[in-house]
Amino acid sequence: MIKNLRLPKPSKNNLKVCLPFGFILIAFSILDVFINSFFEINLTSAFAPISTILPLFLGFFGFYLIRIEYAGIKHLDLLNKNINTNNFNAFLTLIIIFTILKVLPEFLSWFIFDANISGNSSDACTGSGACWTYIKVWLRRFIYGMYPNAEQWRINIAFISFLLLGLLGIFSNEKTKKFLILYYSLVYPILAFLIIYFLISGGVFGLEWIQTNSWGGLSLTFIVSFFSLIFCFPLGMLLALGRRSNLPAVRYVSIGFIEFWRGVPLITVLFMASVIFPMFLPSGVSIDTLVRAIVAIALFEAAYVAEVIRGGLQALSRGQYDAAKSLGMSYWKLHYLVILPQALKIVIPGIANTFLALVKDTPLIFVVGLLELIGMTNMAKTNPKWLGFAMESYIFAGLVFFIICYGMSKYSQYLERKISTER
Amino acid sequence: MDNRRKKIVIQSVLLLSIASLFAFFAINAQINMSNRGLQFGYDFLGREASFDIQFSLIEYSRSSSYFRAYLVGLINTVLVAFFGIVFATILGVTVGIARLSKNYLINKFASAYIELFRNLPLLLQIFFWYYAALRLLPLPQDSEALFFNFYLTIKAFYTPALIWENLHIFIYFLIISIVLIFFLRRYAKNIQEKEGRQIPVFLISLILLLFIPFLSFLIGGTNVDIELPVLKKLSKTTYIFEGGLAIPPEFIALLAALSLYTATFIAECVRAGIMGVGKGQKEAASSLGLNTQQILKLVVMPQALRIIIPPTTNQYLNLTKNSSLASAIAYPDLALVFTGTALMQTGKAIEIVSMVMFTYLALSIFTSILMNWYNKKMAIKEK
Repeated sequence: MIKNLRLPKPSKNNLKVCLPFGFILIAFSILDVFINSFFEINLTSAFAPISTILPLFLGFFGFYLIRIEYAGIKHLDLLNKNINTNNFNAFLTLIIIFTILKVLPEFLSWFIFDANISGNSSDACTGSGACWTYIKVWLRRFIYGMYPNAEQWRINIAFISFLLLGLLGIFSNEKTKKFLILYYSLVYPILAFLIIYFLISGGVFGLEWIQTNSWGGLSLTFIVSFFSLIFCFPLGMLLALGRRSNLPAVRYVSIGFIEFWRGVPLITVLFMASVIFPMFLPSGVSIDTLVRAIVAIALFEAAYVAEVIRGGLQALSRGQYDAAKSLGMSYWKLHYLVILPQALKIVIPGIANTFLALVKDTPLIFVVGLLELIGMTNMAKTNPKWLGFAMESYIFAGLVFFIICYGMSKYSQYLERKISTER
Repeated sequence: MDNRRKKIVIQSVLLLSIASLFAFFAINAQINMSNRGLQFGYDFLGREASFDIQFSLIEYSRSSSYFRAYLVGLINTVLVAFFGIVFATILGVTVGIARLSKNYLINKFASAYIELFRNLPLLLQIFFWYYAALRLLPLPQDSEALFFNFYLTIKAFYTPALIWENLHIFIYFLIISIVLIFFLRRYAKNIQEKEGRQIPVFLISLILLLFIPFLSFLIGGTNVDIELPVLKKLSKTTYIFEGGLAIPPEFIALLAALSLYTATFIAECVRAGIMGVGKGQKEAASSLGLNTQQILKLVVMPQALRIIIPPTTNQYLNLTKNSSLASAIAYPDLALVFTGTALMQTGKAIEIVSMVMFTYLALSIFTSILMNWYNKKMAIKEK
């Protein structure tokens, strides 16, 4: 009696019955959730007490019916292999599909269909959706901070010239290639600093002097991450070499430096830069807040870069050192020509991750009173005329950061692949 | 001889320049402090703090000392770091395994989660949870119980509180049961190595763990009461929950952001660890007749853990350090209580910032010593 009641196991023999029945069940369950969430009509309202979990049951049973091993139908086998290997997987598949169907309409209507972008004040936002008017009105502040509107062309020109100067390396040929490292490690940072100092800061050539505490927004994010990157990389390289040096004093100083910075949170380092560091200087001497913040971030990240590079140095075999030494190379020549090019190649992903962490850490400069993109959005949402748009603020800032960081991580993956094929 | 002299010169120049830099800073600091009439010293720790802290596990009031305030901050930091580590580990391991799933949807879902949450600055995530997401919660009077008597409201997350009598006796019994389990495992291992007999260790330990602490209720005089949060009307429109345990939204936002952010990194560590175990290992194990569960427990996991632990330790340390971002949303952790309020009141910048920095340094070093010890224990013992 019990034997007869057992469910038939779907197999190739009863495929003709199981397959249509299974697909109908799955289609019905998905359709039910879809209609329920998009049009708010409940197909299964007849089974009121269990109508919320009914689609789950139906879909689950449907997936059970179509789980036929080696059915010989290409698409069915592909489907089973990818989302329907066993009961547990089928269950998770259904949960994910239903979650997406439930969340998507609400998200879309908030994000696009009920959203407002017209108008110039918060009165324009009447719908239940997002208020993109707010972002539109504040966009200048989010990009340039408190920098005066009339002078913002200076930031634009400065950034365009950074970009052009940075792209110069593409035009290098065999002859000028050896100057490339010198250019990027010394000339480029100095040029960039001069551009910032004269163009964005101003004060010369008839340009108005603009204090660093009115800089802000996305442009400040770029400035801080750019300069921290440039300073922390060579410093980290020196520290990594120092940690592997056979001079005990150099080694212990490097270890102490690295472990100290790695052991403390960045926020306390910035606190130190803002409240303690001025006390360490002779009275009358003061260093600009922005410079202090950049130096603090660079010192902090240099310790992380050093550890990453040390990993690369350790991965090289001793034979490389021995061979280079037997050719009579000096310490610096050995590292410059033989060890570092190989070690840096190995650690590209690690370095990219550290740089990514650096970019994500730049918002912390709110501690010293500088407001980059996130600080700026955080401030804008407290404006009495524009209250209640916290969600829009953070989604906008999140989108910008996501694009930057995701792009960087994808680029580093591409670089890694490219280099690994070269070897 | 020439080479040796060169080495000595380089090292002494380095040490001298570092020493002179520190001396320069110290002299300037002294001059600056005497100009402002400040005295260097940690004697302020005994003085009355006279500021309030919103959330504290130990007894604290305005008349408590600065040292007490320091302890409150430290305990709050450790609290959020501890729970963050627990949640991040659970979530990270789950997502890491999901990332290896053969199910296309689960795989993509897990990787979408990882890409999204690790590419957003942590500060933004904390702001998002605190100012945007948690502000959507209902007021106390409109809230419905999540289940039983748990209320998630805009003011706080209210849960029933357990009120213990003779808690210490319960804890002693718990420790006894854990010690017994430890010896049981050693005994079982011994038996298995000598006689090949297996003892149901898991079942016995579960019984021990449940039964011995329960004994404390019978003979130890331990008692526990449950206090439920009750809605109370303060004025015409303001309601508040009284009783129970109120978990402040700052804590929830910080915990959510920290664990969701760190879990993405842990997931990648877990994935790399499991993928790092060679296929041959699994095949060899299954050819010995071990079943899937045994292969995972006895062959794959011990080897994968060795790859997983060192980077995961780093993530735990990062989480602890990142918990200092609490000061952005006014969760009273060490950074906020001390480098924020206490510094503002006393003006003892050098003392306070150095104290906080060395506390974090000590926490980091302590964790890494612990994890290095564990790592050494897990390392391959080559014979």
